[in-house]
Order: sequence, then C-alpha cells, then structure tokens
Amino acid sequence: MKRRVRLLAAAAGLLCASMMGTAYAQEVPAKGGTLNMIAQPEPPVLMVGLNTQGPTLYVAGQIYQSLLTYGTDLKPLPSLAKSWTVSSDGLIYTFTLQDNVKWHDGKPFSADDVVFTADKFLRESHPRWRLIATTYVDSITAPAPNQVVFKLKKPFSAFLNAFELSSFPIIPKHLYEGTDYRTNPANQTPIGTGPFKLKEWKRGSYIHLVRNEDYWKPGKPYLDELYFRIIPDSASRAVAFEKGTVDVLRGGDVEGFEVRRLIKLPDVENTTSGWEYYAPLVFMQMNQRSMPFSDKRVRQAIMHAIDRDFIVRNVFFGQGKVATGPIASTTLYYTPDVPAYPFDLPKAKKILADAGIKPSEYNIRLMPLPYGAAWDRMSEYVKQQIEQLGFKVVIQGVDAGGWSQKLADFDFDLTFNFTYQYGDPALGVARHYLSTNVIKGTPYGNNQNYVNPKVDELFALAAGAVSNDVAAKAYSEAQKIIVDEVALGWLYEMQNVTINRKKVKNLVRTGIGLNETMDEVWISK
Amino acid sequence: MTFFKRYARNYGALIGLAILLVVVVLAFAAPLIFPVSPWQSVGDPLLAPSEDPAFPFGTDMLGRDIAAGLAYGARVSLLIGVISTSVAVVIGVSIGALAGFYGGKVDDLLMRFTEFFQTIPAFAMAVVLVAIFSPTIVSITLAIAVVSWPPVARLVRGEFLSLRSREFVQAAIVIGQSGPRIMFTQILPNAISPIIVTASLMVATAILTESSLSFLGLGDRNMMSWGFMIGAARTMLREAWWMSVFPGVAILLTVLAINLIGEGLNDAMNPHLRGRKG
Repeated sequence: MKRRVRLLAAAAGLLCASMMGTAYAQEVPAKGGTLNMIAQPEPPVLMVGLNTQGPTLYVAGQIYQSLLTYGTDLKPLPSLAKSWTVSSDGLIYTFTLQDNVKWHDGKPFSADDVVFTADKFLRESHPRWRLIATTYVDSITAPAPNQVVFKLKKPFSAFLNAFELSSFPIIPKHLYEGTDYRTNPANQTPIGTGPFKLKEWKRGSYIHLVRNEDYWKPGKPYLDELYFRIIPDSASRAVAFEKGTVDVLRGGDVEGFEVRRLIKLPDVENTTSGWEYYAPLVFMQMNQRSMPFSDKRVRQAIMHAIDRDFIVRNVFFGQGKVATGPIASTTLYYTPDVPAYPFDLPKAKKILADAGIKPSEYNIRLMPLPYGAAWDRMSEYVKQQIEQLGFKVVIQGVDAGGWSQKLADFDFDLTFNFTYQYGDPALGVARHYLSTNVIKGTPYGNNQNYVNPKVDELFALAAGAVSNDVAAKAYSEAQKIIVDEVALGWLYEMQNVTINRKKVKNLVRTGIGLNETMDEVWISK
Repeated sequence: MTFFKRYARNYGALIGLAILLVVVVLAFAAPLIFPVSPWQSVGDPLLAPSEDPAFPFGTDMLGRDIAAGLAYGARVSLLIGVISTSVAVVIGVSIGALAGFYGGKVDDLLMRFTEFFQTIPAFAMAVVLVAIFSPTIVSITLAIAVVSWPPVARLVRGEFLSLRSREFVQAAIVIGQSGPRIMFTQILPNAISPIIVTASLMVATAILTESSLSFLGLGDRNMMSWGFMIGAARTMLREAWWMSVFPGVAILLTVLAINLIGEGLNDAMNPHLRGRKG
C-alpha cells in the first residue's frame, strides 16, 4: 500500500514537472463541487435593491447582476451589458445587453427591466442612484429589446462608474412593477439573472444556493452549490476555516490577529485585492461648528499628535495603509502631492502654542464607532494621544443606532467613520466635503460642517468635466486644499484580506472582489 | 475573648483579611506606583510577562502596562463595591425596619414593593439600568445598589419582626419611647451582626457585577476596570493569555478574600457559634 502511494506520488511529480513549462493558468477548470463561505453577520434580506450592506451584497452578488463590473484598475467590464458607447459630448450613454439572458423563473430578461430598475425601482429605493438620477439624468429609454439609452442633462464624469452591483442591481420588472417594493413577497424568494439560485435559507444556520442551469454564459458556472454559513462568534469562524468547514474568509470575518495566524497555514492563500472599487477609507470626524475644532490649526495639531502607523500596525494588525488624504490611493484621481502630517508631538504642541490655544480649556467628547474591539482600542489610543496635547477627553460609549443618530443630528465633538469610495471621487468622496451636503439625517454626509466655496467649485468642475485631464486637475487642487485644512482626520485605508484554500481558483478577479459573480470560480480536485 | 481573637480563630478569615489589605493598599498607592495613566502606551505592544523586566505582568495590544491596569482596576472595583453596598444597605435597612416594626398595611405595601424588585433577575435589571442611563461610574454604582437591596430588606424585616415582640422592646414601648427611637436604639443594635455579614458578602457580589457589566462593554469607558480588561482581551486569549488571566485572578482573589472575611465575621459575631472552632 505504502509503496503504491509512493509510486503514485512519483508519477504525479513527473506529471507536474512536465507541465511546469506550460503556464500554470492553463490548468483546465473542473466542473462541480461545493464552495463553503460565511455570511457575517446574517443578512436581513437578499433583495439587493433594498439592502446594500456587506453580507447582503456578498450573497446576492451570486443571484443578481448589474450592467457593468469593474476591474482592479477600476476600468468598466461587461456584465449584463455586452458593450457600451458614450457620445463625444458626454451626454448619451448607450448599453447593448447580453443575449439569451433569463430570470431564474424562466421569464426573458430585456431592456425593459433595466429601464424599470433605473427609472422606477432604484429611483424610489436607492439613495445614491436617486441623487445621480435626479441631478444628471434626463431620460432612460429602450429603443430596442437589447438596448438601453441614458440621456443626461449635463455631463457627469463618474457616470460610467455607477453601474456596479451595490449601486445598480437589475430588478425583474415582471415581479415588482406596480407593487409596494418593501412588502413585495418576492423579496423572500429573490429572482435574478445570476449564475446561482436560492434553494434554501435556514435562518441562523446557512443560505444554500444552487447552480442556475439556464445561465447565459454557456457552460458556466463551474460550481454546483454555494453555502453561506452563519457563524455568529468570531473565534468559531476562525476554527471553522482551520477545520475546513469553510473554504473562504472575507475581510472582517475574523479578527486581525487571527488573519496573521491563518494566512500562515499550508494550502492557504490570501490577497488584499478585490476592494479597489470600494476602497474603504477610515477617518476622524471633528465637528467644526465650535471650538476647538473650528480652528484648522487645532485639526492640524491633532493630525501630528496621532501616530497613524501605530494604529495600522497595532490596532488593525497591519491590515491597512496610512491614508494621505480624502481619496484612497486605489481610487481614480488620487494624488500623493498633498501636505503631509507625520507623527510629531512637539510640533503639534508648538502649533497650538503659536495659535495661542489653551487645550486644557476644552472638554472633548469622543464617540467611538461601535463596530467591535479594534475600533474601541482605536478610540482609547486617540484619546490618550489627544490628552498628551492637554485636551480633556471623555469617551462617550454608544451603540450602533446611537452613533448614527448622534452623528446625523450633528450632536458630537469627535468620532470615527469610514466611507466607500465607489471608484470615483464624485460618487464616494465629494459627499463628505461639499457644503451643499451639510444635511441632517444621514451619518454619511458633510456632518463635520466643512465649508469652503473654492472646494465646492472644484468638485463641481471635476464632476461635470468631459475630459479626464480637466477632472484630474480639479481633483488634485481640491485634495491639496482639503488636506491643508484637515477637513477630516484621515487615518488609514482599510486593506481587507481575503483568505481561501488554494484549491479554490479564480476567486478574486475584479475590483469588487467577492461580490463579483462567481461564474468563473472552480475547485480543483 | 476580644472580637479580633474570635475572628482570628478562623484562619481562612485571616488570609482573606491579608489579601484584602494588599488590594486596598494597591488601590490607594496606584498613582504613586504608576504615575502614568493606565490608558497610556508605555511599552511595546503584547509583551509577555517578564519579557521586559519593566513590565512584570506584560503589556496589552496597545502597549499599556497590565500591572498599572490591575492597580487602577482595584480602585474602581473597591469603590463601586463599597459605595453600592452602602447605598443598598441604607435602602434595605430603612425599608426592612419600617416593614418589620410597624407590620400590617405598611409591611404589606413595602414587602410587595420589595418583591417587585426581587422577581426581576438582578443582573438583567442592572444591564437595563446602565444601558438606559449611559454607562458612567455613578450610574453603575446606583444600578448595582438598586438591584442588591431587596435581600437586606427581607433580612432586616425578619430580624425586626422577631425582636419587636421581645420583652426589652415591649418595656421600651411601655415607658413611652418613640417608634424611631426604639428602632434605632433598641432593635437595630441587636440586628446588626447579620446585616454586617450580609453586607460584606454583597461587596463581593457588587465587584462581580461591575466586572460582568464592564466585560459586556457596559463599564465606564474612562475608568480602567478588571472586567473591562478581560472583556477587551477575551478574543486574544490564544495569543496573549496574560491580558485576561491576571485581571481574572485579581477578581478571584478579591472576591474570595471578601467571602472569607464575611465567613470570619459571621463566626465572630454569632454567639451560637462561639467555641465552634475550639
């Protein structure tokens, strides 16, 4: 027996050696198999037009699709749209759809579904699309069953970046037209065009998807089944991966120090790729309505007082990169050419002294972001650093609802927040700095009350630019001003790590990572 | 035989007293031994115990000294234990004394009120109170007091009921002493021993409750407490055991010490047990 094994191993070795010359990627994808993943926390619903939280997107990305997806370089790639053209004045966008696409219930997919989605469903239920649609879109029409035309009122340089799954999921018209979207029973049995269909959702236990036999890409998907397991405890999730119960860990599934341990296991690979489109950027939000934060020198001093490298290394265990400004380094129009704020306590104290500010006169309420232990530790660290400048800091613990409420009501001094960038500053960045976006009711606007008409003007110029050079120039100038004035205290760019067993192939292919349709993913035997 | 001699016959009680003394000294001397705040990073993160002689108990993930955390945590634990117990005893004794002495409708009313509190699980109620009033040291202390007075009230009521019918009390009534005077000068001194024993054990329970609240993230975020240290370190148990083990041992020893002292007080104060250890 033992000898036979050895013989086999030798034969396999020879085979491998002979294949070395040819490219590794030529390995033929195997059909079949089950991929086990974790949905953390359990999504409230899988209808992605109504809920775009992380775990919802992760699961629903296999059921629903959008017109486009984006590469790791943020270039648009075909999804339900086969090709697209943009008129030279930047006002007319024409999408040609894939052929032979069917909904999971067998009904044909057509341009009418896209028009319904854009003009009715998302306009009503999706805040980001609603803003784009009302500001820029003049009309949406379907001149042919496989063609959709968006006519804009004025050019919008980020328009082609707004068709990713969480921004523009295509909804079946025949199930939703004329209904109340939120209470439609179809929300419980999601019907999409994606490579997998929902078979069973056992609440608190797992979500089971199976292969869509009528998928529009012939011969795809390779996998037969997907399981998204629900495991509420972080340590148990790490154990589930170690034991092989699950094959994939998404960024955030396990704590930072566990990631360091798990990526060293044999047969395991990891990547930080697959988040380029979202590029989450973490920052401090300082309420500029009153002293001390209304003075830009205080904000500059605080930037110098915080060792952001320490935060990345010791609070988030290396899973990040110190941010230089409002735009993440993977997002379009990023420039590193902005004022820098190295960790320098004496300099921070000098800035305050030169400004004649007495820190001990101020009591700062620090409201932690209630997302778990690492965020609490970051609050403790920042408190201790600011106290070294002489400010009095009190940590004000809140739950998730309280955090979002207080931030939305502008009832805070200092807090933390992070933002998805959605590939283009006009979609995910500008909203935090435009004076027109100082609005109560959302935690994701210009809640700190940063007002600079010049910045407003530059963002408007860039968003309306037809040429990329004009946009790039305006964004560079805006970044310099914003960083000099420390509109927000940028801390770091999150680098979420995806960990998977090596046998899972083609897992992360695009800039939206695991939310991408897994029609190319396969498991080697 | 003096009180202390009777107390000292219980060796466990002596050990308990010794441990508690160490904790009390540590709590008072914390700012002298560790002049820097326990929240301040002072060393490299995640140093194991004795890896660096400056930090015999190691450091946590932000490089904060675990030893400093233990010392400052002792302050919070003792402060909350003593104050919340005092408040609970005052409430419990007042209600129990009134109910036991006057009886009748007053008794009915006060005991139904007490039972109302007793039917709600104490810890769950403490969690709710702290969550409503936002976690500060004051709200935590009061929440613990509010959930721990009912047993004292029942105990005191029982004592008062039985003592009220004794002859010396009836004599006091006959010579015309007022109700409050009888309660304070005649009955209470005779009921004091069980109250002291119960109170000493309540201090231990209060410390445990505060630790549990902090563990659940409902502690005062500006005070370093043992429960908070364990709660923050729990997820890293496999990587850095010292972060949760040392505060855990501190809680264990302190609570054990107070229980031993309570036992010793019980022995020393209970006339029926005099000579038990002889």
